[in-house]
Amino acid sequence: MLGKTAGGLFWMFRHLERAENTTRLIETGLRIALTRPDRSNDEWQSLLKTAAAEQLFFTKYETADAANVVDFLLRDAANPSSVQSSMAQARQNARMVRTALTREVWEAVNDTYMQLRSTLARPATDKNLPDTIALVRQQSALVRGALHGSMLRNDVFDFARLGTFLERADNTARILDVKYYVLLPSISQIGSNLDNVQWETILRAVAGQRAYSWLTQGAVTPKGIADFLIFDGRMPRSLKFALGKLQSNLGYLEAEYGSTLPCHAMAARLNARLCTSSIDQVFEEGLHEFILTFLQDLAALGRQIETDYRFIG
Amino acid sequence: MENPTPFFDEMLGPDNGARPPYEAYHRWFEGEDRRDLIRKSGEAERFFRRTGITFNVYGAADADERLIPFDIVPRIISGREWARLTRGIEQRVRAINAFLHDIYHRQEIIRAGRIPIELIAKNDAFLKAMIGLEPPGGVYTHIVGIDLVRVAEDQFYVLEDNARTPSGVSYMLENRETMLQMFPELFGRIKVRGVGDYPLALRRSLGASMPRHASGDGAVAVLTPGIHNSAYFEHAFLADHMGVELVEGSDLRVVDGKIAMRTTRGYKPIDVLYRRVDDDFLDPLSFNPDSLLGVPGIMDVYRAGGITIANAPGTGIADDKAIYSYMPEIVEFYTGEKPLLENVPTWRCSEADALAYVLDHLDQLVVKEVHGSGGYGMLVGPAASKKELAAFRAKLKSRPANYIAQPTLALSTVPILTKAGLAPRHVDLRPFVLVSPNGIEITPGGLTRVALKKGSLVVNSSQGGGTKDTWVLEE
Repeated sequence: MLGKTAGGLFWMFRHLERAENTTRLIETGLRIALTRPDRSNDEWQSLLKTAAAEQLFFTKYETADAANVVDFLLRDAANPSSVQSSMAQARQNARMVRTALTREVWEAVNDTYMQLRSTLARPATDKNLPDTIALVRQQSALVRGALHGSMLRNDVFDFARLGTFLERADNTARILDVKYYVLLPSISQIGSNLDNVQWETILRAVAGQRAYSWLTQGAVTPKGIADFLIFDGRMPRSLKFALGKLQSNLGYLEAEYGSTLPCHAMAARLNARLCTSSIDQVFEEGLHEFILTFLQDLAALGRQIETDYRFIG
Repeated sequence: MENPTPFFDEMLGPDNGARPPYEAYHRWFEGEDRRDLIRKSGEAERFFRRTGITFNVYGAADADERLIPFDIVPRIISGREWARLTRGIEQRVRAINAFLHDIYHRQEIIRAGRIPIELIAKNDAFLKAMIGLEPPGGVYTHIVGIDLVRVAEDQFYVLEDNARTPSGVSYMLENRETMLQMFPELFGRIKVRGVGDYPLALRRSLGASMPRHASGDGAVAVLTPGIHNSAYFEHAFLADHMGVELVEGSDLRVVDGKIAMRTTRGYKPIDVLYRRVDDDFLDPLSFNPDSLLGVPGIMDVYRAGGITIANAPGTGIADDKAIYSYMPEIVEFYTGEKPLLENVPTWRCSEADALAYVLDHLDQLVVKEVHGSGGYGMLVGPAASKKELAAFRAKLKSRPANYIAQPTLALSTVPILTKAGLAPRHVDLRPFVLVSPNGIEITPGGLTRVALKKGSLVVNSSQGGGTKDTWVLEE
């Protein structure tokens, strides 16, 4: 496979994953705005921070209210991480790697892009926003289904998955980073329960609310949530799950190509650190420091994969 | 059908009865509900959009991707008509390759005084870098598209030869795919020859043209200028269907005397490069130094026999419109036979007598730029306003050698489906020809382009043309 094609697949799936995650952030903000209107502007702002788009946002807007943030995250062409921009880049990459995709996958991506483009031609209204969100969610499922149902399990598939899980790990870590202070033990020591709005934001943003309740029978503690998002290998958006997938997909490439590269050792090291650690240790070291290191290591792994598999000349 | 025209219609005769090749189709059509067919037309468009069969229009304001409109009424050619056309096409393509070899070697045709030396010496399409160079297998034009028009039952003309990088073959294939999906019952009823083997035939043909110093596995790749090129879809389509890599200049470099592509496992040599990049951009060391689309040093590798470039650089000299007018002489010179396919009568404006005639009859003629393509910079006299004619007259006088003129041909029509029913529209035909050391192969079909605007003679997709599926019947 061409190095450029591997890179195109990797980025295509990063952008798809990002579009889905950003949509989930919008959905979270919307839910909070509907149920706790007094708190919603603060939460919109923290969602912007999670999307790493806060700075850019305030070059354009004064206030982080629902209408501004939704439009910015959903369809602003000036925001490279908006749902619309992410889908456009995903499709651009899909066109570039067209020969590596099955017709099913290509059509699913192309169809998603076309439907979104016509839906997002005008600002979303209160009325049609839920439909727009549902559209992104359905279409993402369609692309994923097409990928799983029609693609050969070879290097093409592996590079697509690497993009997905690198982006996902990054996204979950950033949610933790923005909200780390509410998860610190000091807060619960003061005796108050974890602020409901805060934990709802965190769990909704990773689509983990129901799963968490189910696993813990409703006992919401900061440590429990941090443990769930970092260490629970059953949770498909946890850091542990994503890193495990990164390591196994790199392992398939290692086996298929018969060559061991620096990125393999790097992924193994990262994964081992996570597997031998625990939530208590993390809190002891400092949650914030842990997350910062994790984000840096993840970025380095992305760069190493790019170098090792010659994405660019 | 709307008011009959004085043009030869390939489906319906003067009495509105179907000509023999269209009989079965016409019977079927008469039995169909028109609203149903119109609805299916809309489905076809959605199908094309979903699959991404689009092209980019240069200079258009919404420079995104557009669809070439597709008409669901097929263009049908009988087996007998096709057999006759293919003999003529094969003869012409053979002559073009012989001409190219001669023009870059001994230039016998010039010595024999059959074509003037200025035509070559002063022609930008003549590549000095190709002089004395022997392309692998002796093939210059691996892929050729011959544009044909029809004016009467038995009268076909060659309008243009495309010997550089002819495009449109993906439409031939996707149009058929669409028709098979929409009207499966028709193909049970009418025996239409298949076109679907084209990508494999192309792969085989390219593989057979490998260079002497091949790497062993005969790796083929398609070179595209990139996703912003108007024909990017086709480049990706062909690479995909041949099962070969689609590369850009930035993926390639010279490694150990071979052209190699950067893969996830290191550099891998390529033996045959089907390039969809113009000569000028192919090698910044030999041609346009600013080009980022090509591969620095590829011409040296080529000269040393390390790679096959398809089509060979410099083939543009054979489809230059100034050369076109000499094609009858060229065919006769190299094959020793009379041309089986006729040229359109052509005035070379570089010649004083011809120029005088053209200026006098401008409102009746079609004038084309010698080096132009895609219907740009062309004048259709009978359709032009007084102002346009005057402006063109001035251009002609200032640079006569830049133009040729031809009579306005009474192009045949094939009906398209409109809301009001069948309506005749002008068409042309581009069959696709593959050349390898093993011989010449012509796919039974081709690209039928149709001018969708009533009365229009310009079929180019960039100028409002559409396409039709082209059926060659078994018999």
